[in-house]
Amino acid sequence: MSRWTLELVVDPIACDGRGVCAEMLPERIELDRWGYPIVDGGDMAPALVDHAVRAVRACPKQALHLVERRC
Amino acid sequence: MSLTLPNDAKTAPETGRRLLHGLAGGTPDQSLETHLERWGELRPRHHLIDELDASGLVGHGGAWFPVSTKWRAVAAGGRRRPVVVANGAEGEPASKKDALLLAHAPHLVLDGLVLAGSALRAQQAIVYVPRTSVEAVEAAVAERRGHRLDPIAIEIAESADTFISGQESAVVNALGGRRGAIPAFVGLTSIRERGVGGRPTLVQNVETLAHVALIARFGPKWFRQVGTPDNPGTMLLTVTRPDGPLIVEAVLGSSLRKATGLRSEDAARARGFLLGGYGGGWVSPATFGELPVSEKAARRAGATLGAGVVALLPPDVCPLAEMADVVRYMEGQGAGQCGPCVHGLAELAEAMERLAYGGPSGPRVERIGDICNLVEGRGACRHPDGVARFVRTGLSVFSDEVTAHQRRGSCSQTHAARVLPVADRAARRRLVSKA
Repeated sequence: MSRWTLELVVDPIACDGRGVCAEMLPERIELDRWGYPIVDGGDMAPALVDHAVRAVRACPKQALHLVERRC
Repeated sequence: MSLTLPNDAKTAPETGRRLLHGLAGGTPDQSLETHLERWGELRPRHHLIDELDASGLVGHGGAWFPVSTKWRAVAAGGRRRPVVVANGAEGEPASKKDALLLAHAPHLVLDGLVLAGSALRAQQAIVYVPRTSVEAVEAAVAERRGHRLDPIAIEIAESADTFISGQESAVVNALGGRRGAIPAFVGLTSIRERGVGGRPTLVQNVETLAHVALIARFGPKWFRQVGTPDNPGTMLLTVTRPDGPLIVEAVLGSSLRKATGLRSEDAARARGFLLGGYGGGWVSPATFGELPVSEKAARRAGATLGAGVVALLPPDVCPLAEMADVVRYMEGQGAGQCGPCVHGLAELAEAMERLAYGGPSGPRVERIGDICNLVEGRGACRHPDGVARFVRTGLSVFSDEVTAHQRRGSCSQTHAARVLPVADRAARRRLVSKA
């Protein structure tokens, strides 16, 4: 049986390091010293999905994606 | 004018000299007549992709990706007829093998491109080469057109003179794909589905296409007559030595040192070897002496063979100064689109310059390693990853020099002439000495 996972992915070209995502989802995203997000890319715990979706929507550059992957 | 085409296929070369078979130094004889005399006529192949699969041919633009897998992906890429591109951009300053092939054997490359076009039922076939190769390719294409040799028209496009110009998606963008030097990321669509003009696109290195032209003539069994079962055939290497660059054809799986024509004493006396170019990695003379011509082995040693660059660093140069200049060059050659790469490579270049040219107590190796960690895997392309590998392996192979520089500052060889080619070095050195 295959299952689906949700992963956070940053589009590094679109991202210009505003840092909104790290504020909204500190559990999975921290900023490097230039202000760009470092994402913990593992499977998203169900409790975090709502927060992740909000972070994706809040990105002013639409550079954060929640990607479904079959594994 | 008409040309008699020999009907019988020529005898396949039995040695490891294949792409370079029959080529001599001096003025290249790249006429169609010589080409057909040497290799015989090209006949249509109905199962070419299966034959490429059986041959085990991989791409020699640097990625070592199986050719049949790539062609199948393009064939399955969509309903629209694809575009095939022969990629001779060769942005790596230390690589010269694609330019040599285009100058001396353009018809072998064009054969491969036309074969790809036929196998994939392509709409368009483009040769993408730097200005210096355009003339030779134009002459070859005109000659073929005059003899109505090909079922598809071949177009020529000039590539930019930058490091990343040969990168697959940069090629597609230059030829009218998506905007920007490097494509929209997130891996949602690949150029194999939507590339040039929105069509499925095959971008294949010119050397790889030349191998295709020979496999189409002599078959996969012939291709596997040299090399090892998981490493069949040959590849071109550009060997940078103090007496200038040398192009050799190496049998995969054979001794890398012997393939480069270096005597073991000379190899042992070197400071180190750079494999795979400026996005590759450094190995010690001892490691180099034991390596086979194998991407797997090079990877295990922390480097890559990439597009076949092997640079010998002689004993009388400062490896840290060589590295600093290359890192600064690579910083300027990025697409400038991803923040971590822009900021990280600038910091890396500055740290390496302080280590190479500055006084004692330069940046610590751990600090430079931290910057490498911050850039690796964080760009849309592999440019930052390559620079990180170049720096990490160099700091490890040249650890004695690093210690010496940290104790006493720049060494007596820091300002000696450089071996590794980069553009506008003089301008930059002035900048550094002012700082």
